[in-house]
Amino acid sequence: MSILLDEQTRVIVQGITGREGSYHTTRMLEAGTKVVAGVTPGKGGQSACGLPVFDTVAEAKAATDANASCIFVPPAGAADAIMEAASAGIKLIVCITEFIPVLDTARAMLVVREHGATLIGPNCPGLCTPGKGKIGIMPYQIFTPGPVGFISRSGTLTYEIVALLTEAGIGQSTCIGIGGDPVIGSTFVDHLKLFEQDPQTQAVVLCGEIGGSDEEDAAEFIKTMRKPVVAFISGRTAPPGKRMGHAGAIISGNTGTAQGKVAALQAAGVPVADTIFDIPDLVKAALAKKA
Amino acid sequence: MKIHEYQAKEILARYGIPIQPGRVAYTPEEAEAIARELGGPVVIKAQVYVGGRGKAGGIQFGNTPAEARAAAARVLGMNIKGLVVQKVLVVSKLEIQEEYYLGIVLDRKTQAPVVMVSTAGGVDIEEVAATTPEKIIKQPIDLRWGLRPFEARNILARAGFPSAVIARGGTILTALAQAFIESDANLAEINPLVLTRDGQVQAADAKIVLDDNALYRHRDYAAWEEPEEANPLEFEAHKEGLTYVKLNGNVGIIGNGAGLVMTTLDMVAACGGKPANFLDIGGGARAEVMAKALTFVARDPDVKGILVNIFGGITRGEEVARGVIMAQQQLPAGLPIVVRLSGTGAEEGRAMLKDAGLDWGKDMRDAAQKIVAAIQAKEKE
Repeated sequence: MSILLDEQTRVIVQGITGREGSYHTTRMLEAGTKVVAGVTPGKGGQSACGLPVFDTVAEAKAATDANASCIFVPPAGAADAIMEAASAGIKLIVCITEFIPVLDTARAMLVVREHGATLIGPNCPGLCTPGKGKIGIMPYQIFTPGPVGFISRSGTLTYEIVALLTEAGIGQSTCIGIGGDPVIGSTFVDHLKLFEQDPQTQAVVLCGEIGGSDEEDAAEFIKTMRKPVVAFISGRTAPPGKRMGHAGAIISGNTGTAQGKVAALQAAGVPVADTIFDIPDLVKAALAKKA
Repeated sequence: MKIHEYQAKEILARYGIPIQPGRVAYTPEEAEAIARELGGPVVIKAQVYVGGRGKAGGIQFGNTPAEARAAAARVLGMNIKGLVVQKVLVVSKLEIQEEYYLGIVLDRKTQAPVVMVSTAGGVDIEEVAATTPEKIIKQPIDLRWGLRPFEARNILARAGFPSAVIARGGTILTALAQAFIESDANLAEINPLVLTRDGQVQAADAKIVLDDNALYRHRDYAAWEEPEEANPLEFEAHKEGLTYVKLNGNVGIIGNGAGLVMTTLDMVAACGGKPANFLDIGGGARAEVMAKALTFVARDPDVKGILVNIFGGITRGEEVARGVIMAQQQLPAGLPIVVRLSGTGAEEGRAMLKDAGLDWGKDMRDAAQKIVAAIQAKEKE
C-alpha cells in the first residue's frame, strides 16, 4: 500500500504542451505513472508526449476516466486550473506552479473543499510512491520502496534527505512535498492522518521550516498517533521578518520560529534531528522500537 | 512589497475612505508651501518603511508654514532604525477625540483575510494582542462575497465601538476589505482610525503590504517599489531576478531550493561559521545564472568565502561547474570557494572543478566544514 498515489491513479497534466509540462510528463511516464492525457485550452485534438490533448479537464476526464491532475500552468492561470480540475470531479490535484497570488489560492481552496478534492501544493514538487510512480517533478531515481512516509515543505531538501535514507537502506512508502506557500491545499496533519491508516507505512519523517504554525498543529496530532514520527526543521539561523525563498518561510513577530517548532515537536515526544545527517539513525531507532 | 503611508492612503482614498488633505514633500521649502496651501496647523510625518516613527521623532507638528518648514528640516535626513528619511508627508492636523484600530491580515490557518478591530487604537496592535487580547475582535472574510456592510457594523458593535462611529466606521471597514482584496494585500491597517472633535471619522495613519506575486496585475502599485536603503543589495538582487537575503556573517551561500539553502545556512552555523546571505538559484539553473549568482554574492564586502551547495535534479552538475569556472575570473583573487554537487551530472561537474583547481565537498557537512576552515585560515594569515 501507499497513500494518495497507487496503481489506480490515472493522471492528466494541465499545461502539458509547455516546456516544463512536457519535460516532466515524459519523466512521469518513465517512472511508470499512468499519465493518460493532457489539457491545454486551444490545443484540443493535438497530441503531446504521445498522449491526447484536450481543451478542458471535463473533456479529458470524460474520455480517460482520470482521477488525478498535475498542474504546470503559469501563475496567472494556475488557480483557475485548480478550480477547473476540482469542478470536473478530479479528486487528487497536484499544483507545481510557484508565485501564485495568495488570494487566488485561497479562492481556489473554497472550490477544492466544495468538491471534496485534495490539493497538494501549490509551489511544491508533488509526490512519489516508489515502485508505482510519481506526480510532479521529484527525481524518481533517488527513491526506493519501503516503510517510511515522508512529508516536507521543501523540494530539494526532500531529495537530499530521501537520498540519505535510501543510502542508509531505508525505503519510502510515499513522499509528499506539501509546498512552500503560506496557503497550501493540504497540511502535515492531513497527510499524517493518511499515513497513520496506511498498512505499509511504519514511521513518518516530517520536514518543516520556519513560518506559520503547521508544525505545531502536527505536533498536537502526533500525540494521538500510534506510529512514530521523526522531524527536522530548517531555518534555525533565519532572521525574523525576512522571507527565506519560500513565500511562506517567514518569521512574523514571535510566530513561526524554528525554535518554537522544535520545542512543540519535542514536547509531543518527536525526536528532532539537529542536522539532516542524523535523520537515518533516528528513523532506524524509531522503526526498531516499533518492531 | 512594502509601500509608504502616503501611498497606502492613496489606495484608501480610491475606495472613498476619508483621509486628511496633504501631500509629500522632499525639501523643507516644499513642506512650507504645502502647509501654506492647507492653511492651519499641520503634521510632518517621516515616510520610511519602518514602524515606531513617532517614538523616534519622525512625526512633528507645525502651527504655521514657517514652523512646518523647520519641522520638515528636522525630520528630513533623520536616521530612523537605519533608514534615512528622504520624504515627509505633510497633512492637516486633526483634533482627535478617540482612536481606534481597523486591520485586515491574510491568515494562513483560516486561508482567508481576517478582520481585526479594537477600540484600543493608536498603539501597537501586537502589544494590545499580548496584553489585552479580549480587546481585539477577529472575523474571517468569506472571499466569495467579501465583507458585507452589515458584517462590518456587527464586528464594530461587538468590539464596543460607539454609535457615533458604527455607521461611518462600518462603511470604512467594508471599503478597507474591498481595497485589501482588490489590491491583493497581505496586510491593510488603519491605525488609528480617529473620531475628531467635530465628529468626523477619518483614517489618520495607514499601512499596506502588497502580495509580490500579484504585482503583475497592479502595474501602478508595482511602480512604487524603491530600494530599501538598509539593503541596497537585496533590491538589486530582486531586479536581477535572484532570490537573495542579506545576513550578517561572512560565508556567502548559494544553493538550489529554499529549504536546501536554509538548511545550508544552519549547517554552516553548526560548523562554527556565520552565513553572509541566502541565495536560491531555483530549479534548472544554467551556467550563466550560477555565474551571476557568484559574482553577485561576492559584491558584498563582508563575504570572505563562498559555499555552493547544489542537489542536482533538473539542475545539472556540469552547468553548475561551468558557471563557477566562468565566474572565477571576475571574483576577487584568492577568495575561497567550495562547491558541493550531487545528483545529475555531479561526477562530470566535480571533474571540471578539479581541473580548474577548485575545491569541492563530498556532502553538505564536508563542504560547510571546508569553507569555514578556509575562511578561518585566511583570517590568520
